[in-house]
This record gives sequence, C-alpha cells and structure tokens, in this order.
Amino acid sequence: MSSMTDLTALTISDLRDGFRAGSFSARETAEAFNAAVVSGRPLNAFLVETPDHALAAADKADADRASGDLKPLSGVPLGIKDLFCTAGYATTAASGILDGFVPTYDSTITSKLFGAGAGMLGKLNLDQFAMGSSNETSAFGNVLSPWRRNDGGNAALAPGGSSGGSSAAVAARMAPGATGTDTGGSIRQPAAFTGISGIKPTYGRCSRYGVIAFASSLDQAGPMAQTVRDCAILLETMAGFDPKDSTSLDEAVPAWEKSLSPDLKGKRIGIPKEYRVDGMPAEIEALWQKGIDWARDAGAEIVEVSLPHTRHALPTYYIIAPAEASSNLARYDGVRYGLRDLPEGANLQDMYAATRAHGFGAEVKRRIMIGTYVLSAGFYDAYYTKAQRVRALIARDFEEAWGKCDLLLTPTAPSAAFALGEKSADPLAMYLNDVFTVPSSLAGLPAMSVPGGLDAQGLPLGLQIIGRPLDEQGVLDAGLAIEERAGFTTRANRWW
Amino acid sequence: MPDASPAPYRIEGATGAWEVVIGLEVHAQITSNAKLFSGASTAFGAEPNANVSLVDAAMPGMLPVPNRECIRQAVRTGMAIDAQINRWSRFDRKNYFYADLPQGYQISQLYHPIVGEGSLAIQTDAGDKVIGIERIHVEQDAGKLMHDQHPTRSYVDLNRSGVALMEIVSRPDMRSPAEAGAYLRKLRAILRYVGSCDGNMEEGSMRADVNVSVRKPGDPFGTRTETKNVNSVRFVMQAIEGEARRQIDVLEAGGSIVQETRLFDPDKGETRSMRSKEDAHDYRYFPDPDLLPLELDDLFLEECRASLPELPDVKATRYRDVLGLAPGNAEVILADVANARWFETLLAEAAARQGKPEPEVAKAASNWFVSDLFGALNRLGRDIEDSPVSAGQGAELLALVADGTLSGTLAKQVFEIMLETGDDPAKIVEDRGLKQTSDTGAIEAEIAKVMAANADKVADYRGGKDKLFGFFVGQTMKAMGGKANPAVVNDLLKKALAG
Repeated sequence: MSSMTDLTALTISDLRDGFRAGSFSARETAEAFNAAVVSGRPLNAFLVETPDHALAAADKADADRASGDLKPLSGVPLGIKDLFCTAGYATTAASGILDGFVPTYDSTITSKLFGAGAGMLGKLNLDQFAMGSSNETSAFGNVLSPWRRNDGGNAALAPGGSSGGSSAAVAARMAPGATGTDTGGSIRQPAAFTGISGIKPTYGRCSRYGVIAFASSLDQAGPMAQTVRDCAILLETMAGFDPKDSTSLDEAVPAWEKSLSPDLKGKRIGIPKEYRVDGMPAEIEALWQKGIDWARDAGAEIVEVSLPHTRHALPTYYIIAPAEASSNLARYDGVRYGLRDLPEGANLQDMYAATRAHGFGAEVKRRIMIGTYVLSAGFYDAYYTKAQRVRALIARDFEEAWGKCDLLLTPTAPSAAFALGEKSADPLAMYLNDVFTVPSSLAGLPAMSVPGGLDAQGLPLGLQIIGRPLDEQGVLDAGLAIEERAGFTTRANRWW
Repeated sequence: MPDASPAPYRIEGATGAWEVVIGLEVHAQITSNAKLFSGASTAFGAEPNANVSLVDAAMPGMLPVPNRECIRQAVRTGMAIDAQINRWSRFDRKNYFYADLPQGYQISQLYHPIVGEGSLAIQTDAGDKVIGIERIHVEQDAGKLMHDQHPTRSYVDLNRSGVALMEIVSRPDMRSPAEAGAYLRKLRAILRYVGSCDGNMEEGSMRADVNVSVRKPGDPFGTRTETKNVNSVRFVMQAIEGEARRQIDVLEAGGSIVQETRLFDPDKGETRSMRSKEDAHDYRYFPDPDLLPLELDDLFLEECRASLPELPDVKATRYRDVLGLAPGNAEVILADVANARWFETLLAEAAARQGKPEPEVAKAASNWFVSDLFGALNRLGRDIEDSPVSAGQGAELLALVADGTLSGTLAKQVFEIMLETGDDPAKIVEDRGLKQTSDTGAIEAEIAKVMAANADKVADYRGGKDKLFGFFVGQTMKAMGGKANPAVVNDLLKKALAG
C-alpha cells in the first residue's frame, strides 16, 4: 500500500483514518516521516530528531489497532516545538543557556498528545525563548522556509516565528502537524508565511505546564497543520483543564472536529477598519477582499467594525511581554541546570553575569533589558501600569465589537515571508510584523490563520479569523469556509 | 492625687531623654503539610534538598498553584486579630537574584495583601495598649545557603524554598523593648491558638524584622533602621535597646541616621550595618502573571471563622467572670494554647468526676495546675506537652481530694509518685495505703497519747497560748502517719484540749 502512496503528503485526518482502515501501518507512516526529517535537514527545522519515539509510538499504535484499542491520534507522528519540555529529550527553547538540559518531565500538552497515541518525530527549532518573528534568534541557526520567491533569486526566506521550525516542518511535509506556541502571533504568522493553518486557542484552553515561559499572561499553545480539520483534531487533544496551571480554564473541550461546518449562515463577520494600515501591500488588501467575498459566499453577513485602540497594541505588547519575560527568565542563572559559566575566581554575581551574557542571545537580552527597565522604580507606572490599562481598553474594543459581529476577519500579517536578514537588523520593523496578531493575544481571544492564496512572487498569504472567548468552533468553521473556497493546494517546490 | 501609671520608657542621653519608636515585621511560617505553591513537604529537619519539587527548584516550564490551606490559615489569622479580610487579593513577584531563590523572584503580596488593618492588645505596666497591625500578606520563603560544607564552595538547601510565610506588619506603635516583647509574645500566643504557626522561633518558624527610630518626646518620627531576622523575643528586645542607643549616640554626636538594613549580633548585643538604602535592591514588583487574583467567597470565609478557637482575650474574660480564676493563675494558663487546652481538659474531667459544674471545681483545678503541676514541670524541665501526668490523672487526683480520700499533704505525696511512675492516683492510694482516715477512735487515741506526753504544753495552751494548737495538730498527724483527715483532727483536738 504505502509504496503506492506518499504518506507524507497526507493530512492528519487522512493518516488517522487510513491507518484505522488498515490502508497502511503506523510504522510505515512513522518511517516515511522519519525519512522526510532526515532529508529535510537542510531546512534546519529540527533541533533534535527522535525517530525512536515516533517508531515506538507507531508500534504501540499498530498493536493497539490489532487489539481494537485505538486512540484519537494513533498512527499520527508530530513535531514538537522545542519550548515544550519532553521527558528524556533535550529541551532548549533554542537558547544556549539551556544547552544540555534534559527535563525529567513532560509538558501537559506533550503528555496528552503522547497519551492520545501520537509519536514525536523530533524537537523543532524556534526563535530563542519564542522571541522573534523570523526564527532568526535561535542559538542553533536559522530555519529556512521551504518556500522561495518565483523571481529566480533563491533568497533564503524566513519561515516566520517564533514557531518557525513548526511551520517549516509542516510546510515541507516533514511532519503532518506540529505544536506551536503563540504569545503575539507565533503560531499564526509562521503559518501564514508557509501556507499552512494554525490556531491559537482562547488563553487558558491549553495548559502552560511544562511549556518554557516567555510571557505568562500571553503564552498559549496551539496546533499547526495542513488543514483546518487537522488543527481541530490536534486541538481537541491539546486543550483541557489542568490543575497544574492556575490560569487554565476549567471548561469542557467541545468536539470541534465533529461539529466542523463551513456554513456561515447567520454569522456576522466584522471587518475592523483600523487593520487597514498604511503601507500594506495591495496584494494583501486584495486577499482580504477575497476573504470577505468567500465569507459572504458561505452565508455570513459582513459588517464594518471599529477597534479604536488597535494602534496602541504593539507598544502595549512590547511592554507587557518583555516585563514578564525579564522575570520569567531570571531562573536561568547557572545554579541548577543548563549553562554555567564560572570564570576563574568568580563570585556568585560574576557567575550570573557570565552565564547570562553567554547563554542568552541578543534579542533575548534586548527584551530582558526592556522588561527590567519598564518594571523599574520610577518607570513602573508610566510603562507597566499604563500598558495594563491600555490592554484592558484593547480587550474592551473586542467586547464592544462582539455586539455587532460574531467573528473578525483580517490579514494575518502585513507582508508575505521576508528574506532572512532583511529585518533582523531592525527590531522595530520586525516587531511591526505582529501588528495584526498582537491585539487578539492581548485580549486572550482564539484566533487562527488559514492560507488564502499566493502573492505575485508566489509566496503564501494568510487570513486571520478572530473569535469570542471560547468560540474556537466559530473560528474553525470560518477557517474551513475560507479553506474550501481558497482551494489553496500549492506546495513549496522541493529544493532541499 | 499623683498619677498612678508608671513613667513611660525613656533612654537618657547627654541631651536629655529619648523616646524609642518600634515597628515589627514578623515572618511566621504557616502550619501546613505542603508548601505555598507546590506539593512538596514542609517537614522540619529533613535531609538537605529532600523536600524539593520541580516547582521549588524553578525548573523550566514549572508553574505555581496556590495551596488552599495556606490561604485559609492566613485568613483565620487575620480574623483572630480582628483585621479586614480582603476578598480580592493578588500575588506579586519580588525580583532579585540570589542562589537561595531559584525562580529569581519571590512570590509575595505587595499591592493587594490578603489581610488589611487589624490590631492586637498587649498588657503593659501602664495597662492595656492596642498595637495596630497594618497588614498580613502571604509569601514564599527562600532556601538556605550552607557555607560550611566545603572550603571554597557554598551549597544550597532548597527544603525551605517555597514554604508559606505570613508577614505580619505592625504599625510603629511600640515605645519600649518591653512592649515589643509583649507584642511578640501575644502575637505568638494568638498564632498558636489559631494553629496557623507553631511559633517556634528556634526552628525559625517565627522571626522578626525590627524597625527602630528614636526621637525627643513630641518630635516627629526619626529616620528608622530595619534589623533583619531576629529570632527570639529576648534578642528582639536587646536589638531594640542596642540600636536605639546607637542611634542616640550618632544623633548626639551631631550625625544623622542612615535608613538602612542591619543585622543583630546576639553575642555583642549590637546591630551592624548590612546594606544602606543606596545599594538597596529595586525589586521590580509586578503582579505574578502565573497566578489569578485570589477571590474569597462567603462559604470559605464562614468556614474560616467557624473554625477559629476561643481566643486568649475572650478566654481571659471567661476565666475571670465565669470560672472565677485568680488573675495570676489565669495568666499562666492563658500564656500558651497548650496550657489552656490541658487545663480545660483537666477542668472538664474534674467536673465530670465530681458531678459538679466547672466553676465549682475551677479554683482547686487552677491552683493545682499552676502550683503543683507547673512547679513539677519547671523542676523537671519539661513542657506541658510532655507532662508525665495526664489531664485525666490530674482530674482523678483532684477528685480524690474533693471526696476526702486524700488530704492536701497526701495528695502531694501521691502526685510525686505519679510523676515518678506515671501510675493513676487511685492505684497509688490503693497500693501504698495512702488513704486518709477519719476514724475518730484511732485519732482520739493518738491525741490522748500526744497530750499525755506533752502535759506542760497542754497546760500552756489552756493558759492562753493558742499558737500551740498547730503543734498538737502536727504531733497528731505525725503519729497518724500523715493519713488522718486534717479536719477531723482539728475538731477532735479542739474538744480534747478544751478539756
């Protein structure tokens, strides 16, 4: 069977259903993806390859199938962003400061995924501590997007960030799906850049336990995969109340996949006027219009809405996220695990300074410095307190919009994938890439990106759907309606 | 009429009398099986790093989850000092680097503490005085550095890391070392009554940061210093005196007081500078984003209140007004919850055995508790918690006295044997034949012998030397081997001597 089918081309639902139907074994699937991981090494998407984990889970799935004990993700191997702690497997957050760190414990998300039968193909590269929008801040090298411009220039493109390893791995068919995390757009923007789907659920849906923290009040895990249905399948396993995370929501997990419907009749979809930013490429405007047309075609009513505080979202985010990060990253001090730099004759303070100077990358240090500054005596009220107030106003904008609409439709990012090195010297230009994804992160809302089409250079562009708190179903349904109409089937030409 | 209250505490300096102003920040370890935000044990005396969870060691991705019992104990403590309980409170992070602080921040409550304004009454030479309590907040303890394990390295023990503390912050309302001592003792007693802290200062369960300033009476507050981590009532009092004297010396030499953190050296009875305000940390407090605000509902608050025991001040009133205890006895019993519990068990059992209401047996029970039992415990160097005699045995002894089986003298003998053997008093009486006799025939026979042998004294007594009566009682009791009922002896002697 498998010799006839390229298993790596299949979606998660195909892999799951084909495996259940006996069309192929889980081991065949795992072996096919393990081989794709090896041949995909030029993309540098994986920091650690774990073929044995994938095979062991596959063999278990095959045995389970024989004994009629199938689990939701039996036969499905996944890539795991290296921000999720995995027992017995190196976990570094792509930072030198965690070099050599092997957790003794699993994150709640990975233990749920593995418990549901999924195997792990490897740990995926990312921006260091999830800080970045291009995967260029990893201590272990850039991830290359499988996509290239059709201008013949062959410039290496960013796979987006911070979940750049995840987006590249799924787009290059090294994994049928992957975990991501999203603090200000880190699932949605890389999904948009690589022509795949990804959803950040409502803050609190997915446990943060065992996920290395960047900014606790914003960090949310979510799935990245080829299709909206695949995202729904993965999210059903990933989500759920966890008593080990105080911010976890004690809410039942709906049967999102089963309820999926592309019918948007009776839904009002809001178009926020403030998202028409200056300098946005015409192609993105055009795609947005297409998205609006598709939504209308699916039965939705289109309404214009206003989110007046949108322009304050980025500065607010770049105060709150670094403030939390500056404190969250204090534990990397060389005392208990990870890197320790102990110069000759060093005292404790010297050890801290040397360890952190050598262990953290430039972007991480920049954010620690910003965060330390905004929390300092004399500046706290002007920055942190004010940012929290603005955050509340941004959340209120959305609440007021929900009086007029059920979902919001926007572009995911203000540009297609840019070339590596193009923005890395200019942090502000890089930060601007999050302009459409950050507001919903600040409000803790579910939001997803689905591919909508290609720009003139042949690069994918994404559309973002934002929903009410806990309305992942509405978001996924609208995503499905767009997916069906966009008919996005283009894959990156294999050059690696 | 002169003012009866004693003169306020003053320290005489070269320029006149100085007043001391004292505020205390008491860190009290909350009694709980598990730490504040992790499931790890809080047991004292474990091997280093035996009680450390992944959360306590701040491993990557670990998250704090509040321990409900710790919150409950803080609320009950707040209720015990009549404080405002904040239904909405929040944890903040206090950021600083140190090897005993794995997270790089301490989770505490700066902006919105769980307990607000309260107060506590202390007894002073000038009568009762109310000391204001500004707040109680809940926070994590840090680990411990060990510098004596290796010539060039320091080791870290994280057993205490994450243990729940209450920080109880007083107003600067105390004016003498004695008041500070009384406040600490009273606070310790309340914590032990409530059961929210064992108050054991030697094991570090309770320690105080001492804020001291001095001023000329009537002047505004002076600049204060904070002496950290003083771990006994005596040391707190010494630290205040030493620090106040130091400040007075500085001021009288024309200097000024630097706001700073100091350490107390118990060997010298002095404080010394630890760090000044200039190199104070900027702790960059901000709300902990890993934790939701704490919201306390009615049910929780009701349970906290319902589970509070009778507190010392209420007990004191009841002991005085209902039980009619002598003030001295009441004070000894109330000083510690263990005393009060033991006494109240004794009282209940004594009343039950004698079939009388508690107030009727309270006086005898309290006298025996304070004089006999406490005397014995002091002699043996034991606490009430490891008394060799149980409250039930004490009640049995009191009943034997009340029903005339034992005289006071015999009761003391029996008690000594109880202390040695742990036997029940009835068994001792039975085994050793220590029962007192009211057999008038036997007593009269001995009286006759005593009078015959002391005819001269009989004559003297009858001639008006009343004081000799005691001599005849003693001789008769001696002849009876101490077992005669003293009341019967008295009666019969009076008759016989009257001739």
